[in-house]
Amino acid sequence: MGIFVLRRVGVMILTALCLTFVVFFLTNLYPALEKLAKTQGNQRMSDEAVVSYLERNGHLQPLLVKYGQWLGVIPGYVHENPETGAVTARCATRGMDPSEAPRFCGLLQGDWGFSTVFKDDVSSIIAIRLGLTGKLMFWVLVVMVPSALIIGVLAGMREGSRLDRSLSTFSIASTATPEYVSGVILITLLASSAGWKIFKGTATSAADNATLENFLLPVLTISLYGVGYIARMTRASMTEVMTAQFIRTARLKGVSFRNVVLKHALRNALIAPFTVIMLQFPWLLNGVVIVETLFNYKGFGWVLVQAAGNNDISLLLACSVVAVVVVLVTQLISDIGYVFLNPRIQIS
Amino acid sequence: MEPLTWTGSLSVLDPIFLLAWIAFGIAVVAQIVATFFAAEDLVEHEVSASTRKLAEYAVLGVKIIAGLILLLILVYVVGGVLMPTLETKGIVGAVSTRLLPVWIALLVTFAASIVFKRRLGLYGKLFDSMVGMIGFAIVMFWVFTAIFGAMDLIVTHDPLVQVSGMKNKVPGTALPDVEGAFPYYLLGGDNLARDVFSRVVKGAWEVVKVAPFATLFAFMVGITLGLPAAYFGGRLDTILSFVSNLILAFPVILLFYLLVTPEIVQTGIPVYMAAVLFIFPIIFMVILINSRFYVQPVKRSVYLVIVLVLGLWIYSGVAWNSDPLGLIEFPPNLLVVFVSVVFVNSPTVFRIVRGIALDIKTRDYVAAGQTRGEGPWYIMLWEILPNARGPLIVDFCLRIGYTTILLGTLGFFGLGLSPESPDWGSTINDGRKLLSIFPHPALAPAFSLMSLVLGLNLLADGLREESLRD
Repeated sequence: MGIFVLRRVGVMILTALCLTFVVFFLTNLYPALEKLAKTQGNQRMSDEAVVSYLERNGHLQPLLVKYGQWLGVIPGYVHENPETGAVTARCATRGMDPSEAPRFCGLLQGDWGFSTVFKDDVSSIIAIRLGLTGKLMFWVLVVMVPSALIIGVLAGMREGSRLDRSLSTFSIASTATPEYVSGVILITLLASSAGWKIFKGTATSAADNATLENFLLPVLTISLYGVGYIARMTRASMTEVMTAQFIRTARLKGVSFRNVVLKHALRNALIAPFTVIMLQFPWLLNGVVIVETLFNYKGFGWVLVQAAGNNDISLLLACSVVAVVVVLVTQLISDIGYVFLNPRIQIS
Repeated sequence: MEPLTWTGSLSVLDPIFLLAWIAFGIAVVAQIVATFFAAEDLVEHEVSASTRKLAEYAVLGVKIIAGLILLLILVYVVGGVLMPTLETKGIVGAVSTRLLPVWIALLVTFAASIVFKRRLGLYGKLFDSMVGMIGFAIVMFWVFTAIFGAMDLIVTHDPLVQVSGMKNKVPGTALPDVEGAFPYYLLGGDNLARDVFSRVVKGAWEVVKVAPFATLFAFMVGITLGLPAAYFGGRLDTILSFVSNLILAFPVILLFYLLVTPEIVQTGIPVYMAAVLFIFPIIFMVILINSRFYVQPVKRSVYLVIVLVLGLWIYSGVAWNSDPLGLIEFPPNLLVVFVSVVFVNSPTVFRIVRGIALDIKTRDYVAAGQTRGEGPWYIMLWEILPNARGPLIVDFCLRIGYTTILLGTLGFFGLGLSPESPDWGSTINDGRKLLSIFPHPALAPAFSLMSLVLGLNLLADGLREESLRD
């Protein structure tokens, strides 16, 4: 088990390095840097001015060197202007004397860089926004997981029944409705002058004070898309368990249907959905970006869109690190959890 | 002019229609509850006749009411076509009249398919399953709408033209001055005073022309890489699986933002990606033919030359936009969208193909093929692949739906396609800013997208049911 986890963590770190390098490469292409220089300086910058800006901020070094600096394994650049003698250094951006700046400043030292869009430390932005998204995710999971499991178990315990067919239709419909569609429909029905105006169509105020009125619609929108998929997986696993030998034995023994479902089938049927729920996280992340844009809730997804739209390199890299870590950690948990929950699986 | 009502002269039926829906809702709930308890009793061996009878009534009730609703919808659609003037047709009738070519095409398709269904293989079997038929009908509805819409048979106005005074007008509003143009905006105007109905119809074409092909390309890439990964295993499998997991670990939206921004397009990276991804169909076809006709060199050479000439010609036009004959061209921004969608989808297809192939590889007929001396590519493409077709066809339908959702996501974030483009995602994005006051411009494309994806999911479900039956 230990070796299995170690190997998985190793692969995980390798994957994270590869992915951040790809993001690094794509955000550091010259046209992107030129756009960055022009948004930071002014739009009518001459080509020489762009070059000197990029030089001053260390953007013109070789890609691998920059990546190493960002990681914190290569000393940060120190650039001296040959004419004025002004010194700029990677590790001394915020009014610090370049000579006093530390040699290394990167991810490993806990320095995530400085956001050019929000004019603030990336780590503090990410911390605040992740907290807000965490709140959203928490309520999404609270709504989504129990309802999906209940729907799946109810549908799967008697395959082919009326209940099964109605619930399966609902699951199919919910997987066919992406967030930007269900969000639009929910807002129209419950938050517009055309429908009932009982909820709010924006969730901006939910950041400070989440109430049912401003937070239910975003939570519902994300949950709806995920419910169908998890419910279908739960149903499939439940129907499989219900046809197993030990269930038939229990039934023949005279155990009541309710007890068969609750005591014998349920635990075995919930192994597969656990993995599915864990693997849903990347999709949830997508949903979060869409819903936060749609409802103007300023969380992690909203920051990602802002960073990507403005080529804010440090912030975008931080966002991708967070996203990739979330995805990989949930994959790891799902693998390990699967082994724990299902003792029949052998790790070789 | 007076604005159109929803159902015109048929509005006498509206109260009945509404009542039928309410009754339907009540009946469905009653049926679920009743059958639930009836079945419970059955298991407990305490069959109480009254509950079971109740359940039977509820089931019957749902069937009758559902039939009534379907009948009413049919009356609205057919009646709308038959009514003489636009005012008596109402919005529903007028839309249904505009869609007349679609109804005829659907009727012909279904009639022909049902008559010849025994000779049509899996496609014919689809017409044995109610779910599959409903799904197929919805999908074909949108396909025909898209095709006829692209031929300008259905649209009432130019989807890009703005008519002053029609900004955010509700469905059925009359145009201020009619000069030969269609006198109404059937589904209202959007925030730039363009016709929502025409935009939705044109938007269907945007989906239909990209989604199936992008999915097909993703399948070609996934199959060409997934089969050898499963069959040979070893280091090849390790590397390919690692790369596919790498792409899968990327949040899709981040990837889109990174690939589709103008700065990245400027560097030409999407074109290089297209060059890599689009070569796979040619490789696939070449290997397919080469392994099949290896023992008939003449036939093989002829087929290979045909495929290579045709394939490379299309390839040069599509991927590099440098067709020597100047016949094929591919709009650069569409290429970017196409490439990113294929890129996101192929790793999943790769994983599915690899999983199925790993399972089939252990079968006896593969071992028999090996003993006969068949080459590895022949076994992969002509022994394993045909036996994997069931799950792959089902996944293909599901994946077209997923691709449609991805295209909508791209449009929703304003990525790739031109801002004027009538595709559904962009239209939803345009409409969402004024959603709480004027919901109709966003609702029409939202329902369209939902129904198309739902149709594809139902179709996949029907296919799965029918292919499992063999």
